[in-house]
Amino acid sequence: MAEAREQVESLVKRGYEHGFSTDIESDTLPPGLDEGVVREISKRKDEPEWLLAWRLKAFRHWQTMTPPAWANLKIEPIDFQAISYFSAPKTKAKYASMDEVDPKLLATYEKLGVPLHERARLAGVAVDAVFDSVSVGTTFKAELGKVGVIFCSFSEAVREYPELVRAHLGTVVPIQDNYFAALNSAVFSDGSFVYIPKNTRCPMELSTYFRINAINTGQFERTLIIAEDDSYVSYLEGCTAPMRDENQLHAAVVELVAFDRAQIKYSTVQNWYPGDEEGRGGIYNFVTKRGECRGVKSRISWTQVETGSAITWKYPSCVLKGDDSSGEFYSVALTNHHQQADTGTKMIHIGKNTKSHIISKGISAGRGQNAYRGLVKIEKSADGARNYTQCDSLLMGKRCGAHTYPYIEVKNPSAIVEHEATTSKISDDQLFYCLSRGIGQEDAVSMIVDGFCKQVFKELPMEFAVEAKKLLEVSLEGSVG
Amino acid sequence: MLNIQNLHVRVAGKDILKGLSLHVKAGEVHAIMGPNGAGKSTLGYAIAGRAGYEISEGSVTFNGRDITTMAVEERAQAGLFLAFQYPVEIPGVNNTYFLRAALNAKRKANDLKPLDSREFLKLVREKLKVLHISDDLLSRAVNEGFSGGEKKRNEIFQMAVLEPTLAILDETDSGLDIDSLKIVAEGVNRLRRKDRAFVVVTHYQRLLDYIEPDFVHVLADGRIVQSGDKTLAAQLEDHGYGWIKERQIKEGAGA
Repeated sequence: MAEAREQVESLVKRGYEHGFSTDIESDTLPPGLDEGVVREISKRKDEPEWLLAWRLKAFRHWQTMTPPAWANLKIEPIDFQAISYFSAPKTKAKYASMDEVDPKLLATYEKLGVPLHERARLAGVAVDAVFDSVSVGTTFKAELGKVGVIFCSFSEAVREYPELVRAHLGTVVPIQDNYFAALNSAVFSDGSFVYIPKNTRCPMELSTYFRINAINTGQFERTLIIAEDDSYVSYLEGCTAPMRDENQLHAAVVELVAFDRAQIKYSTVQNWYPGDEEGRGGIYNFVTKRGECRGVKSRISWTQVETGSAITWKYPSCVLKGDDSSGEFYSVALTNHHQQADTGTKMIHIGKNTKSHIISKGISAGRGQNAYRGLVKIEKSADGARNYTQCDSLLMGKRCGAHTYPYIEVKNPSAIVEHEATTSKISDDQLFYCLSRGIGQEDAVSMIVDGFCKQVFKELPMEFAVEAKKLLEVSLEGSVG
Repeated sequence: MLNIQNLHVRVAGKDILKGLSLHVKAGEVHAIMGPNGAGKSTLGYAIAGRAGYEISEGSVTFNGRDITTMAVEERAQAGLFLAFQYPVEIPGVNNTYFLRAALNAKRKANDLKPLDSREFLKLVREKLKVLHISDDLLSRAVNEGFSGGEKKRNEIFQMAVLEPTLAILDETDSGLDIDSLKIVAEGVNRLRRKDRAFVVVTHYQRLLDYIEPDFVHVLADGRIVQSGDKTLAAQLEDHGYGWIKERQIKEGAGA
């Protein structure tokens, strides 16, 4: 046992391997938020009048709101005036090819494991790299263009496809939806825009990488994905961030719209700096993600593996408007050391014969606090609605916590709603069984946890599943004592 | 191969084994029988090194090495195998994946190159054929949803793949019907080798009709109180464990 403890200690001391920052000059606004800042952001991005008006409306509404306090989270009060709301690398121009991009930027991507040219091409994945608040380049635009798929930065979409953006922005997450959505709507920096035309299956998985760089810069990403009738897209979101002392706020908004018989698959593997062993300095991940199954037989599925951030607060949700539409939510959320998570989903059933499927796996270790909060709402109009929810918690150690807050509101008597929940710990019996076959302690824990998460991992696209497993292993190192 | 001298084992503050001695040579099959509470499972767990089974006195050497200071996985890598009475389920962990991890851990510890999945699958299919076990075992999670018989067969299958030098079967026959029992016994018999030893812990004599032991020991009150050959098992079957107790008392009184 003494050996095991030494091993554990040395692994815990292993630093967050992505901790570093780039030296590049940043065009950063001084901290503070007022109407002038909102106008300045819009001006620097050359935005049309209607978008500035939208931002201002959101900002004015935000000023009337107060931060919500109902979550099972201990949050240090955020000083919104101490954050800088815009940061752009000096080299702002768009490039015809990757060769023209600032080499320092490319080196950053290299370190993050995103060599745009090589890896993207080999994997056949188009990468929209967002560096701080401004997009740098988009590969494979041409190839996607051949089938009419638009995958670009949000800023570019505003310039090139304003009608599309204007028609859908804020229709799934309105500016009044919640405090952080209102803030995001006012000061959003950039994000991804995806449009899949009718009868089109997007030929490759789309992915995006983020990086929060400059000190005290909140990252306010805005993403909009539109899938027309009979289309399909799989979108991957994976993030890394450098080590910082100050807490960094990430209040993103993601809106998905699926029309008749369309399918959107949105996968996230999140690896943000979780704070040091004492819980200091990690990222605050307060995200509003929502998909609307607007068309009949449309499908939206959210798959997430959340192992980073100091505080994770998000409920990727589905609004099931179209008849026969379905929503799915698969999640693995890990809290270790002093991490906190209050995460789950909302499935709102409105159309007829709608289905929702929820699989939530929470793993708590160290002093982590993990809460699942789920809402299954069956409206009066939702004849024949079906929901299945499975919510499993795994506790590793004596000082962590798992909490479950399921809300079920049913207004239609034909609904069938199932809820199953388990809470367990890695049993000594299971560990001993593995050890008695010659498998070492760390490997045994990884194996058992992986088995626990299997139902969720198999929903991830292949390359993500591998990264997710590794991530979980690294995040769990030193958690079994 | 296995030399246990005067072993005292304490579990949750209670003395369970009180001076057990046992000597097993390669190629031998030893049966350990005894009434409930005698300490039969405790013996298996103590040899395997389970936490909570405190060795307060005595020694256990395996191939000349004192294994009481070795970690559980190291003992397994050195060639020890424990077939559980109640094999636990590990949901979501594929049986084949699990076994390959175990075998490669053992190979690594013994400076052998690990097997890749193709080589491993080939090895595994050969073993399955020999044991007459269906290969749907390969695609299932470890013991998940297995019937009692399937769990025991899985233990034997693991033993066949890992090729231990000393296998301890902890009440392998408990909960089995006669057909499952025969399959398990046949599997064990096919694994008998000159360089391998078995310690078969059982409550009933029935298993020993199919797995013929070279030696039979009776474990009662934390010690081995009687040893003999396979006829001892038949005698126990006829007279019951009480008979041993009586003989002990008589001998005690006589001394």
